[in-house]
Amino acid sequence: MSATGIGASVKRVEDHRFLIGRGRYTDDINRPGQLFAVIVRSPVAHARIAAIDAGEALAAPGVVAVYTGADMAADEVGGLPCSWLVYSKDGSEMKEPVHPPLVPDRARHVGDQVAVVIAETRAQAKAAAGLVDVDYQELPVLVTCGDAITDGAPLVWDDVPGNTCFDWEIGDKAATDAAFARADHVVRLDVVNNRLIPNAMEPRCAIGDYDPGSDLTTLYTTSQNPHVIRLLMGNFVLGIPESKLRVVAPDVGGGFGSKIFHYAEEAIVTWASRKLGRPVKWTAERSESFMSDAHGRDHVSHAELALDKEGTFLGLRVSTVANVGAYLSTFGAAVPTYLYGTLLSGCYRTPAIYCEVRAVFTNTVPVDAYRGAGRPEAAYLIERIVDEAARELGIDRVELRRRNFIPVDAFPYQTPVALEYDTGNYDATLDRALEASDWQGFAVRRQQAVGRGMLRGIGISTYVEACGLAPSNVAGQLGARAGLYESAIVRVHPTGSVTVFTGSHSHGQGHETTFAQIVSDRLGIDIEQVEVVHGDTEKIPFGMGTYGSRSLAVGGSAVVKALDKIVEKGRKIAAHTLEASAEDIEFADGEFRVAGTDRATAFADVAFSAYVPHDYPLEELEPGLEASAFYDPKNFTFPAGCHVCEVEIDPETGVVRVVAVTASDDVGIVINPMIVDGQIHGGLAQGIGQALYESCVYDESGQLLTGSYLNYCMPRAADFPFFNVGNHVTPCTHNPLGAKGVGEVGSIGVPPAVINAVLDALVPVGVTGIEMPATSEKVWRAICDAKGDAKGRAVAS
Amino acid sequence: MQPFQIHRPSSVAEALAALRGAGEGKLLAGGQSLIPVMKLDLAEPTDLVSLAGIDALRGIRSEGGRVVIGAAVSHAEVEASPDVAAAIPALARLAGAIGDAQVRNRGTLGGSVAHADPAADYPAALVGLGATVVTDRREIGADSFFTGLFETALVEDEIVTAVSFPVPERAAYAKFPNPASKFAIVGVMVAATGQGVRVAVTGAGPSVFRVAEMESALADGFRPEALDGIAVSSDELFGDGDASAEYRAHLVGVMARRAVAECA
Repeated sequence: MSATGIGASVKRVEDHRFLIGRGRYTDDINRPGQLFAVIVRSPVAHARIAAIDAGEALAAPGVVAVYTGADMAADEVGGLPCSWLVYSKDGSEMKEPVHPPLVPDRARHVGDQVAVVIAETRAQAKAAAGLVDVDYQELPVLVTCGDAITDGAPLVWDDVPGNTCFDWEIGDKAATDAAFARADHVVRLDVVNNRLIPNAMEPRCAIGDYDPGSDLTTLYTTSQNPHVIRLLMGNFVLGIPESKLRVVAPDVGGGFGSKIFHYAEEAIVTWASRKLGRPVKWTAERSESFMSDAHGRDHVSHAELALDKEGTFLGLRVSTVANVGAYLSTFGAAVPTYLYGTLLSGCYRTPAIYCEVRAVFTNTVPVDAYRGAGRPEAAYLIERIVDEAARELGIDRVELRRRNFIPVDAFPYQTPVALEYDTGNYDATLDRALEASDWQGFAVRRQQAVGRGMLRGIGISTYVEACGLAPSNVAGQLGARAGLYESAIVRVHPTGSVTVFTGSHSHGQGHETTFAQIVSDRLGIDIEQVEVVHGDTEKIPFGMGTYGSRSLAVGGSAVVKALDKIVEKGRKIAAHTLEASAEDIEFADGEFRVAGTDRATAFADVAFSAYVPHDYPLEELEPGLEASAFYDPKNFTFPAGCHVCEVEIDPETGVVRVVAVTASDDVGIVINPMIVDGQIHGGLAQGIGQALYESCVYDESGQLLTGSYLNYCMPRAADFPFFNVGNHVTPCTHNPLGAKGVGEVGSIGVPPAVINAVLDALVPVGVTGIEMPATSEKVWRAICDAKGDAKGRAVAS
Repeated sequence: MQPFQIHRPSSVAEALAALRGAGEGKLLAGGQSLIPVMKLDLAEPTDLVSLAGIDALRGIRSEGGRVVIGAAVSHAEVEASPDVAAAIPALARLAGAIGDAQVRNRGTLGGSVAHADPAADYPAALVGLGATVVTDRREIGADSFFTGLFETALVEDEIVTAVSFPVPERAAYAKFPNPASKFAIVGVMVAATGQGVRVAVTGAGPSVFRVAEMESALADGFRPEALDGIAVSSDELFGDGDASAEYRAHLVGVMARRAVAECA
């Protein structure tokens, strides 16, 4: 291992500019002649828009234009597309109502885009936005999954009966029913996966910049995938050819999925700039982020697990209602289907699985991918019901898991729900977690807690997830409307330094460091010689971007593929210089060498020779040293592991304190252990946030009750103990790096471990169930209910 | 936020003059409550009169069995004050548990008291310790100062200049914070003072209140068990998404017992 190669904890090179305040975020960009846009948002959850009077706003100081949905319709602006097509059980296509960037006639959630006010300054635009008079004629409101599926429920879309976007299934229903018929035990569990608000540190921002001279349009935006935005907005919404549209996503301050999607505001500012011939900027205020960034999760599920007498899993049956919000967002159809139902095998050899998912429209913000995206929902359901089974059957929960694990010698393992796991060692990550968490010593710690008047519990979760999206042909068969490869260019400069252009996008992941480490490792040069460029469609040939923990496994593999081409060409150049046959040239440690001799030439000399080809095989090789590559993965990757959480509960107040967290993960080969640890820490924080603190709540009228940090509870550093993180590696078998992906494992694996710990603490006092987030009042009420103490009984519910 | 005029007086008299001369004038102390509501256009003053430059509102001094704290003293200064720590450590700890470090560095005692947020911590300190609010024209006992939700006995143009706390025999503050905002869902100040035992509750209802039954029970025996069986009615308490009225009522009892235990 070199000092800056694969496996080295190199400090993040990008942090320097962030720490000295020289990061360049979208809102830091100001274009000459720039105008400012403020969106007029619906204050009500569901209403017919009878009239919009913009007269007073247009007369306000500094106002240049006020546009409504009618103006966009007049320009034949298209709807925001969904990138995945899902079919219902009966073979019909999902219902995909048109989602106009500005709604012309009906608002469908609080925060829906009704009009845009554009003025010389932000303050002028904001003041004038308050003067736009909209006549809202309110309609009945649906908020929850339960609301949407009630017989006779009002409709979010008049032409979508039952508010059902699709009614999808996966797995063999008959085989699963047969498994249940011969089961000795059936364990049943209802679970809710709570709705979350993403809360990236940087609010969204977009600048449309049309140049009437060149007819070129540029969009600067807070995106995780600028090429995808160019494709979706250019092709489907505004009708601008790729050659005339540039999308730039500069430094982006966190996304967690919420910046994957093509949002209305991107199309609005781009369209407005083309109309006005001036740049137009929009920046979200934090309150707007709460009501316009796509939310996450929001599932209600019923699960049944069939077991035989020995506790062997025979079948799993799941029925889920998934809230997709008022509109289908970019990945809104894929998350509760192919990123959820396909994961229900977990780490286990369950031979028969059947899952049906009814996705429903409601008068809420669209729901889409959020760190984990479907896999946390699957892992939570599985790991909760496995614990429930252990309790009901009186089998040790660790032993029950081991009994049903897919054994090491069973890989590659075909699950009953479409995926083929390439590799894994679930006993190894479990063993490591049990040891690192001192699982055996828990009884003593619980006893000590009793002495302090506290209830202590320990919980475990053994999860698997699928990332590295995705083999394009497989994804295509499953309904993806795009390929899911990644691209890279490796440009070697004349003196041997290297610029890498990647279609992956870094918004906190540290690609500028890890991708440079790959180059350093492969070419034997220091990472100071390597620059990584991303986030600009004018610089990068193409890219599918960063989400689903795909950057290293897919984008990194594209870089490796391009590097292989560089080495291959370098070998031919060196063969010429060294007067040897190319087959005899070895490349190692930055030197091309004639095998078995001391005749060698340095990588930098070969690069120089490629650009100053005085002594060069010009008849067979072009000058220059640059290679591009597209890498299309052969399979998904399957990170897995075991998370253990220990909690103490104050029975008087119900407060749950996390006292220990152990994460033992298999994310494949690790490029930078420090960055990987950081990713796991962040994911654990978000996962514990979901389990204990975070919950998006709408009232019955569709008003967002948790619309600010006053009552949407984000976890803080002081809420956590120091995380005990470690790994056990089984390299991915089908990509050149052996990497699987790490971005989401924390938020996937830990929520069930937390809730299993809370229940482990509460079951001894008679509590039988608790839902996320396990807030202090919920826990206190559960304890009171169990004790038959009336004062804590649910009052309203 | 709407445009406004800012005034920077250097004396209380100048501040009063500026306030009286303004259209819709507001006093600006640390700005931790006023500025956020102005950003949301929920308050639209034409004039802000800053109290930051008035030396007479600053400083902490111990005198005659009392600690007198200037209205413009920040929470962080109260938290760090040796005088407060020596005389009323419960008050220093209360200040140190307000909001976060940024709020504590900007927010002031006078601003908090005049704003009378139902979930603020200081009202429990003033009422629990039997403090006196000093203004530009009079002194007001804490028991009659807080009159309701965001309401006080202050008249339109009255300026709080200091709060005078009598040193208690013993006191402790137990707080159950809102995990999101860190405001008090319930905060209970318990004090044994020269005027008897006082129990003051903030966060739970529209305004800080005393619990007479707890006070008399503790007067008979100042120990946590004295409070067993005393239930606070949830009838007048807040119930919302953060905590139901029943939970708040329950927490009043728990926090009161913990405060008494901490006094021991």
